[in-house]
Amino acid sequence: MLASLGQRAFRWLDERLDLQPIQRFAEEKAVPAHRYSWCYFFGGATLFFFMIQVATGILLLLYYKPTAEAAFESVRFIMTEVSFGWLIRSLHSWSANLMVLAALLHMATVFFMRAYRKPRELTWYSGAILLLLAMGFGFSGYLLPWNELAFFATRVGTDMAGKVPVVGRFLLEFLRGGEDVTGATLTRFFGFHVAVLPMMATALVLFHVLAIQRQGMSVPTSQKETSAQNPGMPFFPNYFLRELMGWAIALAILAALSSLFPWELGVEADPFAPAPAGIKPEWYFLFMFQTLKYLPATIAGVEGELVGLFAFGLAGAAWFFVPLLDQRFSRGEPSPWLTIMGVLALIFMATMTLLGYVMP
Amino acid sequence: MIRFGRAVLGVAFLIIGSAAFAQDNCLDCHRELEDEAALAMSEDIHAQSGVSCADCHGGDAEIETGGDYEVAMDPAKGFIGVPAPGDVPQLCGRCHSDATFMHRFDPNLSVDQEAQYWTSVHGQRLREGATDVAQCASCHGAHGVISARDPRSPVYPTKIPETCGACHADPEHMKPYGIPTDQLADYRAGVHGRALFDQGDLGAPTCNSCHGNHGATPPGVASVSLVCGNCHSVQRELFSGSPHREVFESMGEPECESCHGNHLIEAPTDDFVGVGEDAICMNCHGEGEPAYEVAATVHEEMSNLKEAMAEAREIVGQAARAGMEVSEADLALIDANQTLVESRNLVHAFATVPVQEKVAEGLQIATTARDMGLSALAELDYRRRGLFVSVFFILLLVVGLYLKIKQIEEPEK
Repeated sequence: MLASLGQRAFRWLDERLDLQPIQRFAEEKAVPAHRYSWCYFFGGATLFFFMIQVATGILLLLYYKPTAEAAFESVRFIMTEVSFGWLIRSLHSWSANLMVLAALLHMATVFFMRAYRKPRELTWYSGAILLLLAMGFGFSGYLLPWNELAFFATRVGTDMAGKVPVVGRFLLEFLRGGEDVTGATLTRFFGFHVAVLPMMATALVLFHVLAIQRQGMSVPTSQKETSAQNPGMPFFPNYFLRELMGWAIALAILAALSSLFPWELGVEADPFAPAPAGIKPEWYFLFMFQTLKYLPATIAGVEGELVGLFAFGLAGAAWFFVPLLDQRFSRGEPSPWLTIMGVLALIFMATMTLLGYVMP
Repeated sequence: MIRFGRAVLGVAFLIIGSAAFAQDNCLDCHRELEDEAALAMSEDIHAQSGVSCADCHGGDAEIETGGDYEVAMDPAKGFIGVPAPGDVPQLCGRCHSDATFMHRFDPNLSVDQEAQYWTSVHGQRLREGATDVAQCASCHGAHGVISARDPRSPVYPTKIPETCGACHADPEHMKPYGIPTDQLADYRAGVHGRALFDQGDLGAPTCNSCHGNHGATPPGVASVSLVCGNCHSVQRELFSGSPHREVFESMGEPECESCHGNHLIEAPTDDFVGVGEDAICMNCHGEGEPAYEVAATVHEEMSNLKEAMAEAREIVGQAARAGMEVSEADLALIDANQTLVESRNLVHAFATVPVQEKVAEGLQIATTARDMGLSALAELDYRRRGLFVSVFFILLLVVGLYLKIKQIEEPEK
């Protein structure tokens, strides 16, 4: 009965929108099967957390008030008075962190499998921008509860933006909406968080996913032979069911984290209070924060922080333009130095992040 | 050209004027002799305000001596040398008691220091001919005097105990007067001394806060509560309305001091009140007296409130450690603590009813906080149960999906 209703609905739509090609594409779509096929799940997990973010974000919008006077109280209200408000807020915060984690893992596997090589450069660029947008989501969202830690972390973060040569001053004032972190900063961070960034992210996610559909999953060169001998796994229903299973496990982890470790609200921000001890940014910015702390005040006559920021900028640019830099690989030659650089970068980031948590 | 001429003329006047102002031959010679007093004058507030050596010591500071220094230090020119201790107050008072003169430097400066000094025990002894009592220079210094607002000054709040102690903690110095010398050590160990020295709290009372400074005198028995009441006004008011007031007065007992001491004032504990071993009430009262019952009831009431607060704090803390939002309960606990503080103040009424009323208020708030904590813990339980149910169904879905995949892929194999 239900199946025939579905068939009738499909037929009705097909007569008007010509869905046959899409149906054929879905039936024929296959996912390469090799020993690294599990890496493909990270992209799907990132998408899953992104969808959770959109859903919980819309629910939070029903009660959140983006002003310096009301923000903290409105989040407290969501957590204490609104039915399941605590769960929605906790899901949103945990899912944001898991989304960045999944995106980082996805990016790392894509990097090490050289999936950015021709013809997938645009997919890499869109993914890289999406990762930056995810960090932008994290940075802007962190301030929204208007608590003490977020307030001072935002002050430190925007201070760093202010150190960029030539455009630093403009950047700082653009981000803060004035000289200091105030209610104006909160309002514009809210605007970035719920309008600008989602619009950009949605467009890029669509492009990213469509590009993958168009080009199919990349197969690592080392697995080309294995993959060629194997017809691959049909996307519908085999891979799709596996993906659903992965999402269900992700949901269980997210639910457990949100219930057992509810996201704290902290103390309301007081712009006139001295900065509390132990201000730390979100974990994915911590390696930069910690590195800058270890740099001397001046390096070769230039301000240490500025040199650090420049180095991070350079490393970021190299990471972004890796499809252009990895010329050996595009010629079909191996490029082990890039793997070594990638591993070293990961070890450096992990060590600095760990130190950020361990060191006072 | 005319402008340039005016500028040259102006600079010339400035140079000549400043040279005339700086003319002080005493300093020139005494500095060469490395006289400590002369060297100290570079930081002296008087020297900086244009007061010369001769203004205090007499003589002529501007005369050309031609090598004969006695010309400048000629008694005929008013030279008095080192002023005798007994003359110092009048000497300083020549300027410091002159409102018109002093207001040129600071319109807020008081000019009654000398008048006050003569009313002090120090002043009275000085008049009687004692030479080892404190006069202006003993506390402020003679040369190199700096503003009392400067933290380096011997009369800055954090330095006052040491300055007074220089004489009052010296057994030799105090021997002729028969005054104890343990005040400084006691003050240091007491709650006020710790606040001043350990926490740098400039609002903490020091010697002059109770004894006065220029008019220093021991506060009499009758005025002790007034002195303490300057800061502890609530307690003073309660004490004034209490039955102890008249009794203490008739017995000639000091008020606050009888229970709290004077220089060695301990941080009070709740066991000061009651019928236990540490209870001060039991120094005068005994079992069977109505006061015994009052002390016992007051102590019990406060203990009840503290127990209720501790229980509420534990429950709320438990919920907070589990990540629950308990800011409302935290606020209630702060309010409950405020009622405890107020009930401690009300002890000074030495009656049960005010304490009982305040404790009842506190108990109600503590109960509210505890209930909020319990409700947060119940909510936590509900969430955990909800989590287990949800995770069970999600895992069921995972298992179902796994079996479905198996089923689909089975025939292919």
